[in-house]
Amino acid sequence: MSDIEDLYREIILDHYRSPRNAGELETPPATKAEGFNPLCGDEIVVYLILDDAGIITDLKVGGQGCSISQSSASMMSAAVKGKTVEHAREVMKTFKGLMSIAETGAELTEPTPDEIRKLGDLAALRGVVKFPTRIKCATLSWNTLDEALNEAQA
Amino acid sequence: MTATATTATTFAALKKDFPILQTQRHGKPLTFLDSAASSQRPTQVLDAMNLAYTTAYANVHRGVYGLAEAATNAYETARLKTARFIGAPDSSEVIFTKNATEALNLVAYSWGRTNLGPGDAIVLTTMEHHANIVPWQMAAAEKGFEIRWIHLGQDGQLDLSTLDRLLDGAKMLSITSMSNVLGTINPLEHLIPAAHAAGALVCVDACQSVPHMPTNVADMGADFVAFSGHKMLGPSGIGVLWGRMELLEAMPPFLGGGGMISNVTIEGFMPDAVPSKFEAGTPPIVEAVGLAAAIDYLEAIGMENIRQHEIELTAYALRKLREELGDNVTIHGPSEPAQRGGVLSIELKDVHAHDVSQILDSHGVAVRPGHHCAKPLMKEMGVNATARASFYLYNDTNDVDTLAAALSDAHSFFAI
Ligand SMILES: Cc1ncc(COP(=O)(O)O)c(C=O)c1O
Repeated sequence: MSDIEDLYREIILDHYRSPRNAGELETPPATKAEGFNPLCGDEIVVYLILDDAGIITDLKVGGQGCSISQSSASMMSAAVKGKTVEHAREVMKTFKGLMSIAETGAELTEPTPDEIRKLGDLAALRGVVKFPTRIKCATLSWNTLDEALNEAQA
Repeated sequence: MTATATTATTFAALKKDFPILQTQRHGKPLTFLDSAASSQRPTQVLDAMNLAYTTAYANVHRGVYGLAEAATNAYETARLKTARFIGAPDSSEVIFTKNATEALNLVAYSWGRTNLGPGDAIVLTTMEHHANIVPWQMAAAEKGFEIRWIHLGQDGQLDLSTLDRLLDGAKMLSITSMSNVLGTINPLEHLIPAAHAAGALVCVDACQSVPHMPTNVADMGADFVAFSGHKMLGPSGIGVLWGRMELLEAMPPFLGGGGMISNVTIEGFMPDAVPSKFEAGTPPIVEAVGLAAAIDYLEAIGMENIRQHEIELTAYALRKLREELGDNVTIHGPSEPAQRGGVLSIELKDVHAHDVSQILDSHGVAVRPGHHCAKPLMKEMGVNATARASFYLYNDTNDVDTLAAALSDAHSFFAI
């Protein structure tokens, strides 16, 4: 497989063409966070509702951008909607590890094969690491989710 | 032989002067189409800089030994050459900066902060690069003057229908000579007299025009003109601000330090004369030598010929991309090649600019995705990102054919 085919796997193109959980939620009750990639102008807006038990009961993603940022956002929404905040943060950490990004102040730990398997569709984005400028596209929605979660928990 | 055939044969031979254009990317010959961001440089420029470093390098304007004198001479010769190249009446009006951004900041900081205050207004266009917006916004935030905007009209041209009202009472019009996104060449021959008639000065961001067409600041009639060396075959790290001597003399210094003073005591300092007043610290010495070599190279080909070559190439590209991609491609900017520079902002149906550029890169084709540091313009155009292909004297119709084929590939790759 060429690097380009590895980057643009079919599952990525599928999420790009039919994004899951696309749209908006009313704020309040939803919390909203916006993320920008100043390099290419991509924008992601994450709306989410957190219940008292710490479960993300609803989540929608707005904005516009390239196939990598849009598919990553779609996969992110599918991976964390209906899950707990702890679970969402766990997936975020594994995904960032896959993108060779360490948590602030922590050593970079490569995800184990088992952890990667648990990522499901998201694992298809692993081809992105070979294209350093695109890592920001792939992580934009996750950083925006992080902000929305912090906001909702504040 | 027709004029067209002459230029075509001259230009066909140029590629070999540029070592980087002989290299490969992803196993494909490099097709470099990002000169609007920064050009490549010929062996002549690289050799001149190498020679300066190996035989005539020392700090300028300080030493009395022969080497320092040689370096100072080379630096000042570059100033003379630059002045002649842009038709400056007096070479002391040429100030070397780090880049065009610093040159524009110099005007906004030194002239702007001295001459603008509450109740004053300046006029910008929404077509400006951030380098000609943000310095003015910073000065406005501090000094409380108003910024008025000339907006985008039809066919990539400015809407000048309310020009008189916008200029009324304004003290400055700061405007790009050519858009780095649309390629639009603005009608300065009309705008500069109109601004002067209204009592405003004119600052021209000439980054995209000086490398590609003849420039004569005296004929143009502007008050300040800024451009960068790295977009005209010169090195990065050097830019130029030209200004009318009378204005430069009245302006306070921008950066302070060595080289810009005539005297310093513990009570204060006396600035040196123009241009030293605006050249604090060790200047871009060898970069100036490189810029002078770039000017020699450009002049040997002739700026008129370069402009003609780029009009022909742009006309060919507009035709070729339309043929190859039909309605699947949108090219922003003026439809008439003679009214624009060789900058094509491309949108491919259903494919984001970032993805277009990625697929093109796998074909060895270098184009730039994004907002091109012109977010207000992109907003008026109603697009978030384009893939920008831009031409220079070393590009030819083969490069356009490679671009067209790579765009077709990107389109079929992402086609639903
Ligand atoms: C129209 C225009 N103005 C200003 C600039 C800024 O030039 P530099 O980054 O060399 O300061 C550019 C280059 O990107 C440009 O295209």
